[in-house]
Amino acid sequence: MKRKYKILSFERRKYLKNQKIKTTLIWSVRIFLLVFFIFAWEFLAKINVIDSFLFSSPSRVIKTVIDLQSQNELLKHIFTTLWETVVGFLIATILGTLIALLLWLFEHARMVLEPYIVILNALPKIALGPIIIIAFGAGQKSIIFMTVLVTIIVTIISMLTGFLQTDKGKLFLLHSMGASKMQILTKLIIPNSLPTLISTLKVNVGLSWIGSIMGEYIVSRQGLGYLIVYGGQVLKLDLVMMSTLILCVLAGLMYAFVALLEKLLTKWQ
Amino acid sequence: METLLEIIGLSISYQTKKQEIKAIDNISFTVKKGEFVAIIGRSGCGKTSILSAISNLIPYIGKIKFYNDKGLSTNRPQIGYMLQRDELFPWLTIRQNACLPLKIKNNYTKEKIEYVDNLLEKYGLSAFKNSYPNQLSGGMRQRAALIRTLAISPSLLLLDEPFSALDSQTRISVCDDVYNIIKKENKTAILVTHDISEAISVADKIIVLTERPANILSMHEINLNKELSPLKRREEKGFASLFETLWGELHK
Repeated sequence: MKRKYKILSFERRKYLKNQKIKTTLIWSVRIFLLVFFIFAWEFLAKINVIDSFLFSSPSRVIKTVIDLQSQNELLKHIFTTLWETVVGFLIATILGTLIALLLWLFEHARMVLEPYIVILNALPKIALGPIIIIAFGAGQKSIIFMTVLVTIIVTIISMLTGFLQTDKGKLFLLHSMGASKMQILTKLIIPNSLPTLISTLKVNVGLSWIGSIMGEYIVSRQGLGYLIVYGGQVLKLDLVMMSTLILCVLAGLMYAFVALLEKLLTKWQ
Repeated sequence: METLLEIIGLSISYQTKKQEIKAIDNISFTVKKGEFVAIIGRSGCGKTSILSAISNLIPYIGKIKFYNDKGLSTNRPQIGYMLQRDELFPWLTIRQNACLPLKIKNNYTKEKIEYVDNLLEKYGLSAFKNSYPNQLSGGMRQRAALIRTLAISPSLLLLDEPFSALDSQTRISVCDDVYNIIKKENKTAILVTHDISEAISVADKIIVLTERPANILSMHEINLNKELSPLKRREEKGFASLFETLWGELHK
């Protein structure tokens, strides 16, 4: 490493140093903001500027976490919601991409179905809640179905758009080589849509959490969405705040996972 | 020289919602083995359509006949198509890009891959074999695209303005490169271009097309020194007068 450092010019070292300072600065301010927010929240709650019954406070949130954990309840709720979200996310992404592929392959089907997909996209899926509960029962199945429903239409639309926007020149090239539709699919369309897939995954992270929490609002006996509804009903708003904060962390982690996947899949960029 | 390709009464039209557009109207010409034919015409006159018809990518009226050593061939020979942009796939390495046609034609054999490796080596790309296209310059990318075109050992090369996306300096040197490679590999080529001097510098024969619906305005055998590179040919005596003639024909 040391030797490598020697070859670098003065300007280069200066530039690298500046870059490092910049990154450190951005991260320090980020962390400072978070810490400041937590302390300010706690302090303002202590001196009663913020109504801690309504908006809770960091210490009350921590206390709630400890209480729940001592009853062995917390992880159960977290895993319930996480499971519903991840399963819904995966089903919606895989199924949605497959449907988009079929629609790409069959142009007539695509033209016929287009307006229906657009309407389904605009429909607030929660409207179907009662039917879903009766059809799938008052359990996790309904919640996962809700998650899939919320996520899948957007997946179909954005993946199909990605497939259809494939570069015309590259398509022509493959045609000129005499490629079959299957070869065009595997050699061009799919690898070419990886960036689209990644951005769809990023959107889906958010949507699948909406789906699972919405599902738990309607029907559930456990999970973070359940805790939120329950907390609201018995006026334990600490519970609501705690669940929301945990949701923040989980959604952030899931997003980070997708970002990691992006780095692995699009090395060539 | 024996004939490789004979085009008789070729007409091409396109259907749009509003109307039928006649692009090519009754064109006939022949291409001999090892010949470098340039087709020039104003932008949008339908030059590209002729190449598409030769590789059977669009419907056409008329006859396109191919000949091999034994005479009239019933099969279309291997045709290599080179486009305006290199169209290298950014997620594949240069070597993988160059081997793409082999995979498409289910001809991904050891011999063929060796042949591609040889071409990469011979034309100065072996050091970049495992690089991705975005790490290469425009000229190198176009050379890689040519090697991809040559991978299937085509007997006919179709070049659709392959230099037009490059800046003018790179263009002349890449044109030199590509010409040399084609001549060394002893290939027959049809080049479509709107650049008159480019056509004169590489071609054995130039076909001038009229505006749409295009038919043949004139045909010129080019008798510049064939030993010279395209760049050097630009300094030949007859070059300027040929340029003037062709310019006059295109801008009548």
